Amino acid sequence: MNFDFTAEAPKLMMLLYGVIAFAAVVGLLLLVLDVLPARKDRWIALGLLAPAGLLLTVGLVVPAVRTVVLSFMNAGSDEFVGLDNFLWIFTDKNSGMLPDFGANPVQYGVLLSTLLWVLLVPTVSTAVGLVYAVMVDRSRFESLAKSLVFMPMAISFVGAGIIWKFVYEYRQEGADQIGLLNQLVVAMGGTPQQWLLDGPWNTLFLIVVLVWIQAGFAMVVLSAAIKAIPADIVEAARIDGVTPWQMFWRVTIPSIRPALVVVLVTISIGTLKVFDIVRTMTGGQFGTSVVANEMYTYSFRADEKGKGAALAVLLFLFVIPIVIYQVRLMRRRRLEGAR
Amino acid sequence: MSTGTETVLAAPDAEVPPTVAGRVRKKLTSRTASAVSLVIALLWTVPTLGVLISSIRPENEIKSNGWWNFFSNPQFTLENYEQVLFGSRSASGGLAGYFVNSLVITIPSVLFPLAFCALAAYALAWTRFRGRDWVYIGIFALQIVPLQMALIPLLSFFNYGVSLGGVQLLPAWDLDGPAKFITVWFAHTCFALPLGIFLLHNFMAELPGDLVEAAKVDGATHAKIFRSIILPLIVPALASFAIFQFLWVWNDLLVALIFAGGPKNAPLTVRLAELAGNRGNEWQRLTAAAFVSIIVPLTVFLSLQRYFVRGLLAGSVKG
Repeated sequence: MNFDFTAEAPKLMMLLYGVIAFAAVVGLLLLVLDVLPARKDRWIALGLLAPAGLLLTVGLVVPAVRTVVLSFMNAGSDEFVGLDNFLWIFTDKNSGMLPDFGANPVQYGVLLSTLLWVLLVPTVSTAVGLVYAVMVDRSRFESLAKSLVFMPMAISFVGAGIIWKFVYEYRQEGADQIGLLNQLVVAMGGTPQQWLLDGPWNTLFLIVVLVWIQAGFAMVVLSAAIKAIPADIVEAARIDGVTPWQMFWRVTIPSIRPALVVVLVTISIGTLKVFDIVRTMTGGQFGTSVVANEMYTYSFRADEKGKGAALAVLLFLFVIPIVIYQVRLMRRRRLEGAR
Repeated sequence: MSTGTETVLAAPDAEVPPTVAGRVRKKLTSRTASAVSLVIALLWTVPTLGVLISSIRPENEIKSNGWWNFFSNPQFTLENYEQVLFGSRSASGGLAGYFVNSLVITIPSVLFPLAFCALAAYALAWTRFRGRDWVYIGIFALQIVPLQMALIPLLSFFNYGVSLGGVQLLPAWDLDGPAKFITVWFAHTCFALPLGIFLLHNFMAELPGDLVEAAKVDGATHAKIFRSIILPLIVPALASFAIFQFLWVWNDLLVALIFAGGPKNAPLTVRLAELAGNRGNEWQRLTAAAFVSIIVPLTVFLSLQRYFVRGLLAGSVKG
């Protein structure tokens, strides 16, 4: 037993200070509000919005603008370099961003890997979640089954990375396998593989981890949407004698389309920023790196602030079309609803 | 129920005829579906189960054969946990300290956004002032800004302060020791605001307006309305946002890596990622360490799942 309580005490004191500060801030705000008359809405709103507004400005808005500026500057942020950082991403062969199919082994590049993540994770997770939501609907162990599939949502990406690294663990041929996947391969007469070493398959094995996490999210949201389908629609279709197949494509899917879009969009945006899984499982080696991982490496490990900022801006630019797509769909839906 | 009308209404190619045989078959298919979905759910849990079981097996067992052998040859030990939690060598983990760090980081990082979001959401939902909708739209739009966009400047803000044209406008924060937690709280609080305000606003805006109006007529101040009318009604929404934020902060790696700094302040996730990188083959430690970090969010999640799901649905479907 080696646990030094005296080393921990200052931290716990800090926690106490934090909680006291919290109580003081909230108490003070409410006290000020009490003094002001309820008629003066403008002042009260100002008081209520001030803390959030200040924090958003200092912690998000100004830094985001500053990041855009930094993306046009050099590594030390003291000289403007125009579009150099972006040109480096999109034209420099040595940046590792672009695919190089002539190389041996083939280099797929960070951008293509990220694209693979963003295409596969949302679609596969949503498909798995949807099929599972339909299957489990009104089945006997529904809540238990849903809890189990949903559980990975509570596990950190780092934890999930370790869990799956253990599944993919490799031992030499002939030795006892300790990784589940290789054990299955050996049991079926194959030879054990180093799953995380060779591209492009290693990226796919990392993608499985995020699908494992996100399918539960998709399942829960879609299951709620399925349960919200008006009973008379389902009943009418059943009386018309549709097959389960027709029911799925003609009734279920159209009824839950809004929820489907939201799930796809949410997972896509989350996937763009994936960083922890790649960092934990391969450290971005063996051609598995993605934009968010490079952003971290260049900004905080390699001290290349300009390139790091440009990669952050790139992430933001990737998010925009996804959001525009969602807004347009929502607007169209609202127009249809109004008609 | 008369079979007559059903036969008339049913299309000729109906797959499930309204006969006894058809009904039996339907029941069977639904039973198969139940069984299949339960099997899938169990499969989904197998990777986690493997790590849990490994964490209580002796080191040489973990390293020499698969965890499924535990069932035929159960050997049980708590040594791995003792090693990773309290082991004195740096290689072993020393996770107890990191566990405390995680707690110290997470609790205020949940409380602060909760309060600030509730207050701001109240202002946006129940006070009237010019430009209110624009403020709301602005905060809503901030949700799409990836937090990566804020990291570099925020770190330099903490480390070097703000200077413009050589003039130091704000000093560096210069925090070290336990005070360094403040920067992590600050970062997490900022990043949580857009989603939190959005969620709580949606919830508050749906409360019946008569309640608030009546209280106003009676001469209640906004503070009183907030405390005695709104706050009790939004407890479920607050709970779901709190769980959401708790899981997010406890499981976060990126913000912690950048703002928490060294071992004195870093949370479990940072240590875990480090162990996975440096000691990738020490499975007896990795598995136990992974479980130490998972157990708290898992408990929170399983006991409060209902609130969490409600928040998730409010945030994603209405949005």
